[in-house]
Amino acid sequence: MKSVYMDHSATTPVDPEVLQTMMPYYTEIYGNSSSVHAQGQMAAQAVEQAREQVAALINASPSEIVFTAGGTEADNQAIITYMTHKRQKKGRHIITSAIEHHAVLHTCEFLEKKGFELTVLPVNSYGLVEPDTLKAAIRPDTALVTIMHANNEIGTIQDIKTLAHISHEAGAAFHTDAVQSVGKIPLDVKELGIDMLSASAHKLYGPKGVGCLYVKKGTAVGSYLLGGAHERNLRAGTVNVPGVVGFGKAAELAEQRMPQTTEHLNHLAKVLTEGIINNIPDSRLTGHPVHRLPGSVSVVFDYVEGESILLMLDHYGIMASSGSACTSGSLDPSHVLLAIGLPHETAHGSLRLTLGKDNTIEDVNYVLEKLPPIIEKLRMMSPLGK
Amino acid sequence: MAYSKEVMDHFMNPRNVGKIDGASGVGEVGNPVCGDIMHIEIDVKDDIIQDIKFQTFGCAAAIATSSMVTEMVKGKTLEEAEKVTNKSVAEALGGLPPVKMHCSNLAADALHEAIKNFRAGGESPISIARDCCHDQPDSRCVKIEK
Repeated sequence: MKSVYMDHSATTPVDPEVLQTMMPYYTEIYGNSSSVHAQGQMAAQAVEQAREQVAALINASPSEIVFTAGGTEADNQAIITYMTHKRQKKGRHIITSAIEHHAVLHTCEFLEKKGFELTVLPVNSYGLVEPDTLKAAIRPDTALVTIMHANNEIGTIQDIKTLAHISHEAGAAFHTDAVQSVGKIPLDVKELGIDMLSASAHKLYGPKGVGCLYVKKGTAVGSYLLGGAHERNLRAGTVNVPGVVGFGKAAELAEQRMPQTTEHLNHLAKVLTEGIINNIPDSRLTGHPVHRLPGSVSVVFDYVEGESILLMLDHYGIMASSGSACTSGSLDPSHVLLAIGLPHETAHGSLRLTLGKDNTIEDVNYVLEKLPPIIEKLRMMSPLGK
Repeated sequence: MAYSKEVMDHFMNPRNVGKIDGASGVGEVGNPVCGDIMHIEIDVKDDIIQDIKFQTFGCAAAIATSSMVTEMVKGKTLEEAEKVTNKSVAEALGGLPPVKMHCSNLAADALHEAIKNFRAGGESPISIARDCCHDQPDSRCVKIEK
């Protein structure tokens, strides 16, 4: 059976070139990068090279990169250790947005329960945080603003430069969860004015279980895991050398390939989006029509439910995702789709197809052949609509 | 989440989908806010369910349980049909994932509403609006009245 993977915002396959770069660090150069001997020093050298590669992708200095076990850990570390740092004297108020990943939202809510104050900014119907909304919410005691760069569900890219500028004018630090954007769109931490940034390797054809936190020099961030002095005292625990090496290679390849990949993904996404919207009645694109991640196609269909769409697509070998309650593991549909103003019943009928560099126009045409009859079949079964 | 073979069969090839012209009883449960609505129509003669059709908005479990309940009671007496429960429907499907036992397993309720509606003379269907949480208390729960 044909197999079409269109869930690249969930994860990506490890690039063969990345895997090849990682392999020697399992069996040949297996040293602990903290060790003094030759094995340890070879491993340490590889980790430092990876740090340079990741730093180059976002125009940071290598010393500003802290390797973590993924994006979630980086988000936790940034928010919790910044807010509780003894050098952080600005206040106890945090601002975030309603469409953040749970790694940010739940971390902010955790601090709120511990006595910090939290403001969750609404977004407009495109999923954008409006600058005036942030201006109105910012207070003299706002210490941190954390707003994601690109949204995982609807693909909308925020105007981070403006939001970071507003935060800095009020003396607050700015963190961004850039897990979905790093390696996919140009990102320059200096130009955007970012103090802390979270990234993850497996979203850019690197391995799972590796990520990083960018910490602008001088920012009050501490270690989140307690233990040894690894990562210049900012992340205890033996460094995942093969993973980090893979992250470095993936970052290097992402930068090299970005122009062609972006053009390819924009073309495929355009054909797919238009093919869906023009051929399936009562379907709409969610997220911003222009300011969105390359290859991110998120749509909603009235009168049908997302999990049913996914299972029927899976029957034909098409792998996608949805923000319906049945797929979110809770009783509510995705908080992102509700935050952009969709009614519950519409949010239940969401479908996210996220394309990757290896998808082809044949894949897109295959989805466009299979999807309309699936929606029609489910609508025939549905008591809603007609 | 893994569905049983029976669930996937009833989901991919649902039995008795549609409506009945001049149905003698109509029942509906669920709530679009929760993502599940089950609508069942029955045709009853001599106390026997001669025909039964369903329309369901919901996930695979919701569709499969609706399809299964129609198969279980077609040709049965009303008394027999009233004995069918959400639990027995789930069992007939080889079980449902635990998370689906609450929100998507309401097909027998829809059937019972249809029988109630028939017994009341088949007047305009009684729609049961449920909250999304059923017996799971949740402060964010929305109650929608139709």
